[in-house]
Formats: sequence, C-alpha cells, structure tokens
Amino acid sequence: MSTNDGYYIPEPSKWPIIASLTLFVTVFGAVNTIHGTSIGMPILMIGLISVLAMMYGWFSTVVAESPSYNGQVDVSFRMGMMWFILSEVMFFAAFFGALFYARVLVMPWLGGAGNNAMTHEVLWPAFEAVWPVLANPDNAKFVAPKEAMGAWGLPAINTLLLLTSSVTLTIAHHALRKGERSKLNLWMIVTLVLGVSFLVLQVMEYVHAYGEMGLTLASGIYGSTFFMLTGFHGFHVTIGGIMIAVMLVRCLKGHFTADNHFAFEAAAWYWHFVDVVWLGLFIFVYIL
Amino acid sequence: MSEDHHDHKPTGIGRWLFSTNHKDIGTMYLWFSFIMLFIGGGMAMIIRAELYQPGMQLVEPDFFNQMTTLHGLIMVFGVIMPAFVGFANWLVPMMIGAPDMALPRMNNMSFWILPFAFGTLISTLFMEGSAPNFGWTFYAPLSTTYGPASTDYFIFGVHLMGISSIMGSINVIVTILNMRAPGMTLMKMPIFVWTWLITAFLLIAVMPVLAGVVTMMLTDRNFGTSFFEASGGGDPVMFQHVFWFFGHPEVYIMILPSFGIISQIIPTFARKKLFGYSSMVYATASIAILSFIVWAHHMYTVGMPLAGELFFMLATMLIAVPTGVKVFNWTATMWKGSLTFETPMLFSVAFIILFTIGGFSGLMMSITPIDFQYHDTYFIVAHFHYVLVTGALFAIFAGAYYWLPKWTGNMYDETLGKVHFWISLVSVNVLFFPMHFLGLAGMPRRIPDYALQFTDFNQMASIGAFVFGGIQLLFLFIVIKCIRGGEKATDRVWEGAEGLEFEQLPSPAPFHSFTDAPQVK
Ligand code: HEM
Ligand SMILES: [Cu+2]
Repeated sequence: MSTNDGYYIPEPSKWPIIASLTLFVTVFGAVNTIHGTSIGMPILMIGLISVLAMMYGWFSTVVAESPSYNGQVDVSFRMGMMWFILSEVMFFAAFFGALFYARVLVMPWLGGAGNNAMTHEVLWPAFEAVWPVLANPDNAKFVAPKEAMGAWGLPAINTLLLLTSSVTLTIAHHALRKGERSKLNLWMIVTLVLGVSFLVLQVMEYVHAYGEMGLTLASGIYGSTFFMLTGFHGFHVTIGGIMIAVMLVRCLKGHFTADNHFAFEAAAWYWHFVDVVWLGLFIFVYIL
Repeated sequence: MSEDHHDHKPTGIGRWLFSTNHKDIGTMYLWFSFIMLFIGGGMAMIIRAELYQPGMQLVEPDFFNQMTTLHGLIMVFGVIMPAFVGFANWLVPMMIGAPDMALPRMNNMSFWILPFAFGTLISTLFMEGSAPNFGWTFYAPLSTTYGPASTDYFIFGVHLMGISSIMGSINVIVTILNMRAPGMTLMKMPIFVWTWLITAFLLIAVMPVLAGVVTMMLTDRNFGTSFFEASGGGDPVMFQHVFWFFGHPEVYIMILPSFGIISQIIPTFARKKLFGYSSMVYATASIAILSFIVWAHHMYTVGMPLAGELFFMLATMLIAVPTGVKVFNWTATMWKGSLTFETPMLFSVAFIILFTIGGFSGLMMSITPIDFQYHDTYFIVAHFHYVLVTGALFAIFAGAYYWLPKWTGNMYDETLGKVHFWISLVSVNVLFFPMHFLGLAGMPRRIPDYALQFTDFNQMASIGAFVFGGIQLLFLFIVIKCIRGGEKATDRVWEGAEGLEFEQLPSPAPFHSFTDAPQVK
C-alpha cells in the first residue's frame, strides 16, 4: 500500500454538524442539571442519547465506506488516533500535576514550612502536614475521611485485572492477525469480562469509601484528588470498555481481516493507554 | 473514489453545513473570526468609552468587568485562534501539494462547534446575575467562590472550544505529516506550514490542561472539591500554575502562525529567498519547547520560592534568543532586496517593528524585581496588545491581503488597502503606546475608574481606539469588494511569489487543490 494510489476525499456529510449540535445539547443539559432546573436532567439525557446515536451513525458510515479507503487514509486514521491519545495523556497530566503540587508544595506550606510560619500560626495552627490528609485545615467546612484508602486490597486486584486484560487483548490481536477467529472471539470476551470486573470492583470501592470511610469528593484535597483521578480513569475505562464491546460485536459479525483492522487496533491502543494511566494511579494515589 | 472532481461544488446551504472541503471550511473559520472581531471590538469600545474620563460615566463597574473578561476571551479564543485555523485550512493543503485536509469531516466538526461554544459564552450576558466578570484568566477564587452562576456555562463553553481546537490541530498535524506531495521533505516545507505543525503540537499538549483546570473549577464550585481552597488543603495559587501552564504556550499558539505568515510575505516583496530557513525552523521549535518552562513569569508577585522566581526569570529571558533570531532573519531577508511596499508588505514591516516593541516590554517584565512594579498595571496591557494586535492581528491582515487574490481570483483595492494600513498604524500606536506610560506611573489594569493624573494618556488611548476600531469597517468593505470583483489576479499574483500555491495553482484556486500530487524538486 503506497501512499500514492490516488487521493480519497470523503463526500459531504451531515454527521459533523449533528455531532456539534448533540455536544451542545449535552453540555446545556449538564449545566442545567447542576443548577437544579427542572429541564436539566431531561435535556442532559436527550443530549447523551443523541451523542451515542450520532456516534453510531457516524461510525456506521465510516465502516460502510471503509472498503474504498486507501493506504493514505489508513495512515491518517492511525496518526489521528495517536495524537488523540496524547491529548488524553495531557488531560490526566493536569490532574497528576495538581496531586503532586498539593502533596509536595501545598502540604508543607500549610504546615508552616519555608516562610509560611505566620500563615500557619494565624490561619490553622492545628494543621499538620501529612499525606494522606486525615485532618483538613478547616475540618468544619471539609470533613476529612476517617482513614486513607489502602493499596493492597481491591486496588491491587484491580491492577491485576487491568494488566491481565491488556495481555488478553494482545492475545486476541495476535489471533486476529493469524486469522484464528474463534480464538479471537474468546479472548475478546475475556478482555471485556476483565474490564467490566474492574469497573464493578471500582464501584464497590467507591461505595466503601463513601459509606464506611467517610472518604468523599468533599473531604478535602485528598478526596478531591483521589476521586477526580480515579473517577476520570474509571470513565475512560468505561469508554474503552464500550470500544472493546463494539469490537467484539464486529469480530462476531466477521468484520476485520488479518491485515486490515484499524478500528480494532485503535481500540487496543486506547485500552493500553488506560492501563498505563492506571499504573500511574496505583503508584501515586494508592501506594505512595 | 472521487474521479471527476473538476470543481463540482455542492450547492445551497448544505455546501456549508455538511462541508468536507478545506477551502469552504477555511472560509467559514475566517468569517467567524471576522464577526467575533467586531463583537469583541465593540466591547473594547465600551471599555475605552468608560475610560475616556475619570469617574464613572457609562457603565456599572460589574458590567465593566464583564466587558474586559468577554473581550479577552473572545479575542483570544474567538478571533486570533480561529483566524489562524482558517489560514491553515486554506493554505496548508495548497502549500504541501495535497487535495484537502487529511480528515475533512472532523475538520467540519471542529468548525461547527465554535458557533455553539461562543453562542454559549455570549449568552451569559443575558443571564440572571452576570456574565463572567473575573478576567480572561479566571483566577480562583474569583471564578470559584465568587463567580456568578453563569460561570458554569463559561466552563462548558471552554470545554467545547477545547474539543474544537484539539480536533483542529490533530487534523493539521496529520495533514502535514501524511499528505505532503512526493519530494516535499520536511525541510522543504514553507515556513508557514512549519509554524503550524509546531503550533498544532502545542495545542494538543496544552488544551487538555485547560480542560483539566476548568473541570477542577467546576467541581470546586459544584461538587465540594477543594483544589483551589486552602481550608480544604488545596491552594488558589495552584490554579494559576495550572492555568499558566496552558496560558503561556497559548500566547505562542497565537504568535507562531503569524511568524509563519510574515516569513512567507517578506521574501516575496524583497524578491529574495528567506534568510536562514533552517534557523527559522529551529528557532520556532525552541520557542515552543521553552514555552513549557516559563509559565510562572505571570506569577512573580503571587508568592513563589526564590529558586522558582530565579528559574522562571532566566528561562523567560532565554526565549528572547530564538525570537531575536527570527527578527534578525526577517531583517536580513530585506537587506539589499529589491523592496516594494504593497499592503501585505506594509503590514509585515510594521509587524516586525511593533512586535519587537512588544517583545522588549516582555523582556522588561521578565526581570522579576522589575515586574513587581509593572505587574497588573497598564504596562502589561500595552505589552500584550503590542504582541497580539500589532503582532498577531497585523499578521492576519497581512496574510489576508497577501492571499485574497489567490483565494478570490481578484486583486483587492490597493489604494484602500494602503489607507487601511496607514490609519491603523497611526491609531494603534496612539491607542497602545501611552499605556506604557500609564503603567509605569502605576495605573492598575481592569478598573473602570482612575486617578486624575492619568486622564491625558487615557484620552489619547481612547481616541486611538475609536479610530482603530472604526477603520476596521473599511477592511470589511475592502474584503467584500475584493470577493465581488476587481482587477483579475494573475496565477502568480505577486512578482516575487514562490511556493506551490502560486506556482502551480490558478487564481482562484480550484475547489480541490491538487487532484494529482505535484512533483516537488
Ligand atoms: C520575548 C518574548 C516575551 C516575553 C519575554 C514575555 C514576557 C511576559 C511577562 C513576564 C508577562 C507577565 C507580566 C505580568 O503579569 O506582570 C507577560 C504577559 C503577557 N504576555 Fe508576554 N512575553 C513575550 C511574548 C509574548 C507574546 C509573543 C505574546 C502573545 C502573542 C504574549 C502575550 C502575553 C499576554 C497575553 C500576557 C498577559 C496575560 C495576562 O492577562 O495577565 N507575550 N509576558
Ligand atoms: Cu507568558
């Protein structure tokens, strides 16, 4: 496949503008939900459903057109997906940055380090700079958790699940490349099951955190960073899981060939990315 | 496969709504930016009208704050950035010998998000409470604890803009890396393409960080998190760090494409090759890399360990080196050239001089102890308007005059262009130069009222502002006139013009630029 076998230019399409509209409806509904207006939730739901419908429609068009794509289009898709993943990495970087900044700089400062002795003395003299924070500067406003989340229970199991799922996905990919369809389907199912189990365990972890531990979004910087990092990660696992599920359905339908299966690979890259982010989380949020 | 795409354009409104054509999408970007220029400009007129005299004249202080906030946001995200994406859409495929952008449908989506995003942002003006009133930098806790309810609309508006920019820049990068004609090696690409490649990289790296910081704002405001709340163990200063980690690369996102435009125009009218092509490329890349390690020069006065102040001071000063390389190269390109001064060249020469003034005031503020005096005064307002108005915006004007004949097939009215240039040049300096003095004398920025001794310079600035704002209507007229007719442009348009778009495409360029890849030697 050279990059020079004539250009491919897609026909005009209604999907991009529909996509913009559905995104707008979704965020409009989201703000209204947050503000507690009665139309909020219904609009948000309409928005989300139409986003999903839009994606279904758009991707179906692409799948139907894909036989006419050439090698150059394939490379464009690949590059596009990689740069998209880079942008996702940077999104997580912002939250990791907040975590490091809070732990490495804000904690000692609030505790009176450097030239902050007076701040400490005047504002919250009782505050001690330890991480995880089990006593916030102002404990009346932000109720601190009773204990911190340990690493070696559920989170360790979850690490295993996610790492294994990356391996099983790779096995599935190799099977696809060798044309072993039933092996492919089997390992895709295993991957999906592992992913879903991860999410189930994470929900259990959250229930435990909110219920017994008193660890919530509102329990100070520890809870804020904990839930925003693991929450956004869980959200990305969900997206990745949907991708894997769609790929599974397409595998079952007999889509993809041994050497032409970009969508499958894109989903796999995404899944590995989610896996790597989890490793960062496990180290910096749970263990350290 | 599209076989006979000899200019069969889709017709009617569908041509624009469902477009997959880089020229049509580029046109929509450029018009969008133009409309936003007048909306944001109108807000600036309100600001300058209020500041014409000390005391409160026309608007309430809170409304004044809404105007400064929206003016800044609209100009940054709604004018400069979309205009450059418009240029990229029109020019990148033509310059690298491609038929279109690599991902034409995503291209259309990144455009059509913008009207929704800015509709959301502007509609906050009509909401209960007030529109965002905390400045375009939306520092916590002004935007968290004290922000009006409409702030949440603003947050989601920023999310939409972010999605649009990220998709737009993925498209540009992929187009440049994957769609070049055979023989068009990276080091043969026109500088404009190079600057956009690097800009797109910056965008992909920092727009997600902006999305992250507004998300933290959202949860601090609504879901009880305490990222920017010291009583919960967070820190409002952390907001500034995350914001400026995005914000400083952002200012380079707004200037690198103008460097590209100027680097295309100067050689044409000097009738010489660009001096130091490869050093231009390396300078652009170094500016981009350095831009990730200088962000806290916006925060000298907010409180940082001494080592931080020193590091960010020295790193900031380093940026002046590659910037200096560029200015030197443009000047050397003109040296002993056979110069003519058509409107694009006039704007370009003005760009070099006035952008350099902005660079120098930046250098002054990069010195930490000096910035303690200048920070949050009109001095910095002067600084960023020199780099953004006489820098980025002048480059956009220059580029528009330079390529309009290629785009429309008609020459613009040269006399009117010159009138536009000279009146803009004089009025923009009357508008912004006195702000240096106001800042040095201690007038703070973002206030609707001021002490008596600042009156004279403020009146000068306001008069300059009204003239500069008004004369842009002439630009609108010139553009429309050029689209509707005029002297026919030759294919090369300018005697000294080089590059695929001038050498291999007719004026106006066909609907799909290259249906067969040109050979580049
Ligand atoms: C030689 C290069 C430059 C240097 C050394 C420099 C330095 C600085 C410094 C130190 C500040 C902070 C001043 C303060 O808040 O006290 C600043 C502000 C600013 N600069 Fe630059 N700058 C340079 C180029 C640019 C360029 C090219 C742009 C945009 C095209 C730009 C846009 C801005 C903006 C928008 C602000 C104000 C942000 C705000 O609202 O607070 N600068 N610059
Ligand atoms: Cu900066």
